[in-house]
Amino acid sequence: MLILECPCCGVKAEETELTPGGEAHLKRCGPGSTDDEFDGYMFARANPRGVHFERWRHAYGCGKWFLAARCTATLEVFGTYPAQSKQPPAELQAKIKARRPGWEGWT
Amino acid sequence: MSRAVSALEGASHKGFVEVAEAGLVGMITLRGDLSSAKMKAAVKAATGTAIPAPRRIVTEGDRAAAWMSPDELLILVPYAEAPATVAALDAALAGEHHLAADVSDARAVFRVRGAKADEALMKLCPVDFATLEAGEIRRTRAAQVAAAFWRSAGDEFTLVSFRSVAGYVMGLLEVSSRTGSELFPA
Amino acid sequence: MSTRLPKGGRLIDRTKPLSFSFNGKRMQGFEGDTLASALLGQNQMMVGRSFKYHRPRGLIASGAEEPNGLVGLGQGGRFEPNQRLTTTELFEGAVTASQNHWPSLDFDLGAINDRFARFLPGGFYYKTFMFPRFAWKHVFEPFIRQSAGLGRVPQARDEDRYEYAYAFADLVIVGGGIAGLAAALAAGRQGKRVWLIEQSAHWGGRAVVDGVQIEGLEASDWVKETVETLEGMENVTLRTRTMASGLYDHGYLLMYERVADHRPGDGRPRHRLWRMRAGHVITATGAIERPLSFAGNDIPGVMLAGAVRDYVVNWAVSPGDRTVIVTNNDDAYRTALALLDAGLVVPAIIDARPAATGALPAEARARGLRVIEGYGIGHVKGSKRVTGVSLCVQAGEGAELETIACDAVAMSGGWSPVVHLWSHCGGKLIWDEAQAMFRPDAKRPATGADGAAMVTAVGSANGILNAHEVLADAHRAAGGKGTAPGAVCGEESPMLPVWIMPQGAGPALRMKMWLDPQNDVKVSDVQLAAREGYESVEHTKRYTTLGMATDQGKISNINGLAVLSDALNRGIPETGTTTFRPPYTPISMGAIAGEARGGIFQPLRKTPMHDWHETHGAHWEPVGQWRRPYCFLRHGEGIHDAVNREIRNTRNAVGLLDASTLGKILVKGPDAGRFLDMLYTNMMSTLPVGKCRYGLMCNENGFLSDDGVVVRLSEDSWLCHTTTGGAERIHGWMEDWLQCEWWDWKVYTANLTEEYAQVAIAGPNARKLLEKLGGMDVSKEAFPAMEWREGTLGGVRARIYRISFSGELSYEVAVPASEGRAFWDALLAAGEEFGVMPYGTEAMHIMRAEKGFIMIGDETDGTVIPQDLNLQWAISKKKDDYLGKRAQERSFMASPERWKLVGLESLDGGVIPDGAYAVAEGHNANGQRNTQGRVTSTYFSPTLGKGIAMGLVKHGPDRMGEVLDFPVDNGKVVKARIVDPVFYDKEGEKQNV
Repeated sequence: MLILECPCCGVKAEETELTPGGEAHLKRCGPGSTDDEFDGYMFARANPRGVHFERWRHAYGCGKWFLAARCTATLEVFGTYPAQSKQPPAELQAKIKARRPGWEGWT
Repeated sequence: MSRAVSALEGASHKGFVEVAEAGLVGMITLRGDLSSAKMKAAVKAATGTAIPAPRRIVTEGDRAAAWMSPDELLILVPYAEAPATVAALDAALAGEHHLAADVSDARAVFRVRGAKADEALMKLCPVDFATLEAGEIRRTRAAQVAAAFWRSAGDEFTLVSFRSVAGYVMGLLEVSSRTGSELFPA
Repeated sequence: MSTRLPKGGRLIDRTKPLSFSFNGKRMQGFEGDTLASALLGQNQMMVGRSFKYHRPRGLIASGAEEPNGLVGLGQGGRFEPNQRLTTTELFEGAVTASQNHWPSLDFDLGAINDRFARFLPGGFYYKTFMFPRFAWKHVFEPFIRQSAGLGRVPQARDEDRYEYAYAFADLVIVGGGIAGLAAALAAGRQGKRVWLIEQSAHWGGRAVVDGVQIEGLEASDWVKETVETLEGMENVTLRTRTMASGLYDHGYLLMYERVADHRPGDGRPRHRLWRMRAGHVITATGAIERPLSFAGNDIPGVMLAGAVRDYVVNWAVSPGDRTVIVTNNDDAYRTALALLDAGLVVPAIIDARPAATGALPAEARARGLRVIEGYGIGHVKGSKRVTGVSLCVQAGEGAELETIACDAVAMSGGWSPVVHLWSHCGGKLIWDEAQAMFRPDAKRPATGADGAAMVTAVGSANGILNAHEVLADAHRAAGGKGTAPGAVCGEESPMLPVWIMPQGAGPALRMKMWLDPQNDVKVSDVQLAAREGYESVEHTKRYTTLGMATDQGKISNINGLAVLSDALNRGIPETGTTTFRPPYTPISMGAIAGEARGGIFQPLRKTPMHDWHETHGAHWEPVGQWRRPYCFLRHGEGIHDAVNREIRNTRNAVGLLDASTLGKILVKGPDAGRFLDMLYTNMMSTLPVGKCRYGLMCNENGFLSDDGVVVRLSEDSWLCHTTTGGAERIHGWMEDWLQCEWWDWKVYTANLTEEYAQVAIAGPNARKLLEKLGGMDVSKEAFPAMEWREGTLGGVRARIYRISFSGELSYEVAVPASEGRAFWDALLAAGEEFGVMPYGTEAMHIMRAEKGFIMIGDETDGTVIPQDLNLQWAISKKKDDYLGKRAQERSFMASPERWKLVGLESLDGGVIPDGAYAVAEGHNANGQRNTQGRVTSTYFSPTLGKGIAMGLVKHGPDRMGEVLDFPVDNGKVVKARIVDPVFYDKEGEKQNV
């Protein structure tokens, strides 16, 4: 059972205090998008063995959403960061690269 | 005369600690920019306190301000004053994006008293009480429902839950504080 | 015979005798006994029968690894089956009963299975089920069902209570032997927050039995001193009777504390499940001795050598008067010496090694013991009790060379580190050739949140069997400063791996060599599995059931996989182990449930009027965690009658509905209108202040997710009503979009659901009732439909919404929840003259159905879009975007072939069964009738005196008047006509007054 530190309030919350929200950094496709684009947004989800970026909500806490980078194989947590991020912070990316040299990097 | 009653009308139990519903407490959800000057003034006027630091509650007499999230405070005042306090906050924050809502009737408040008060809560909340800092308010869960608590006196915790589950929370506290079930008996 | 020795027993207090019973026979033990030692002290070696063959079973071990000693313990509300004798402390009045036999332990009819053993080989389940087919149903299944299951299911409600506790520590040390104590001492002195837990009631582990000297003291004195030192450290918490059940991600350690098992019914919780978060875990869990595989090794009286020593030293019980030792290592010689010390007879030590040359064998010889080198046991004599052993050459095929009379055999095949906790979360093992054991590979530990090792194994759990080295290892692993405590324990010479005895044993002997005595898995079964092509150890486990018993193969797994490896002609590490899974030993269901039982099994949400409903006949309906009155039963009234009465009264006089559970979410800010336009399919930004509008919400996949009335409170604030079940979900949905997508929009939300008690006052007399309460103008002119007003009603702060879900003149009044009950009482009192009567959810459902209003969860099921329900009027054409809009543009969403909402009326006026399907011509690819529609909600309408229904039908709105066939149970077909879904008051005259 995971422990993630909420970047909004600083509580090291255990998984029972959190609700998961799936893959992070999805780009919403609304009206005007092609069927393929919408299909990708709605249904296609990354399912990597290794580095993964996810959405979590500190539901039994400050109520805020945040993002987490973690390894799906070992459950190592590289870091958490605000939901209002277009991409993982540079220092977090560098840390992940150092811990997982084989990681293909943020795309 | 108000016919307002709290969810459990002050029910209490005594085990290795005493648990009691505290009756009606005025509570206001206040959302806005916690760093703004208007907000500081509005909170000061309402509670007599400064804006609390993250995860802190600051108390002044029968009033308090608690940090709930980066853009939300919980303002505590005597029950009868809540509607007027909401109006005052709205007036003080006019022109600034904010939300002030009376939530006094949506909550139940409990006091858990005794030298081992933390042991009753340790059975319900996934919280490291040893690292709970002075003046810290912790939002978490109590068994299966949301709760927030803080150390309101040396051997007393105040716990807030939603009103609809007040009976459930009292049930939890009663069972958790039964004599003989101390986690660290002397 | 086994007996209590006249003196000794370091754990028992002879001044405190305790009485108990076994199979109805009164027996006596002492405080400090386990049930196992107490039974042995009363010459009760045989304690049960095996699962498959019902063979007599005696105690083998003295701890958690015991496979045979399982009993039903307690009575009535405290009865529990499968309680392990070796880990259950004796208490006054304990009632125990052996299991798995009929009619009695001594004479058991099921033992006939043993005679047919050759027809019940490994994998017999799978084989017998195949052929002939009829036999499964008529022969095998009844037989297996009758014989399956261990123990008896408790019949009475559990009288005990259980609880959780959350705890946090820098370091948790599991195991209170000398390794754990040394580690705790080292870590405690550094000021770390340390927990040291021990599954038994006693500290010290094996060293205190083995006569080790530590720091110049007897081990037991060093243990006592060390525990006292640790108790004096504020940062160290010590717990006995606490077993680490499982280790999970990020240092999550489940610890099972048996608080009151040894004092049942003393008012304390029976078990406590500690949900520990450990910064690091040290496993000092020791090692478990392995049996040797020789013919007849399952006969009562054959025990592990270490266990024999435990019983003699700890509890002063001797398993037998004449005990033969059989071993492949030096440690078992300690048992021989302990037996000698207790004045018992050891006729011989049979050592499978060609030469026994170590210090311990030398001491044994010096004390006059006969050591027979290079020999093994050919077979054990006896049936319900050992009577002797035949000796053979270990290197041979089992020819009998000598017979020795004895009543107990103490065997040792070496030791296996307890690696369960190490392995639970991914720690890997390596095969130690010299000691013939799997031990933790320190290079491949389980890792935690930071990617670093989360677990360290120390001492015997780390494969170190020498006490001096154990202490050094534990001290070092805990980061100890200075030198570790030193021990004097004597050197041991190397052991010799022995997997079957004798090594050339033929089939007849191998069929009598037990690996798993509880499940009756023998060497021959594993070899058969290998011959039949089972190569994976996991598959072999399932096929043979090796290690699947309640002890999870603690003594049998390594022997079993060694036999498998040999049969497959490959190395043991290549075969590998099965997966170690929590719990380490079974834990009670009560502990898993914790406090959640009875009234606090789950949260029950109550409205402020709940107690009134409770005392006025409410027939409850669960809606999420709320309970809502389905109807209010009056004396002698049936549910159907009550619902009809409530509807007629509401349509003719006035009804009250407790609508407090409806979600109420405040949305405020300069961008709130824009935000709600995205959230709802219709336009909310244009709603004038003072007005209400019904709105629909869809998910991004286009499907209808919630509905409710939106209220424009002020220029920049709206109040959104949601369904009862939707409040938290929709509030979370709003926050998700605001925080994660449109975070630059200035909008705040607050979930005010519980702030207000809300009552729907519906019916022709509704206005009169409110007017009587007084304080607000509710006239038709001053307060039109779909508007709201704020004021004081009957002295209570109130907001009134003039909205209707029943088709009647209706007001929904919100008051502070704290005054909800008083307001409800006031309505009832004031309404008496107008015929006021509360109504429940079923009446509400029927009245809305009579009006053709949809219900989320009835007409919608996660696959329905608003267009399907002819709700185009609630979908704005002007908006470029709203959540779900893009999804609804997909070709299959826009298809005219989708089933659409219609009303349905059965031709005979009856009620069509809910969920019934309308059939179409032809059959589909699976040979089933094609369908063209289904019923989504269906009721008897007391207003109309007939059944009414809504459903989704292909091209439905274009087929008014057509009759459809709905096949229902028993081959019957209900015929129903497609009609307008608005059944009652189509012009809306009733509410427009």
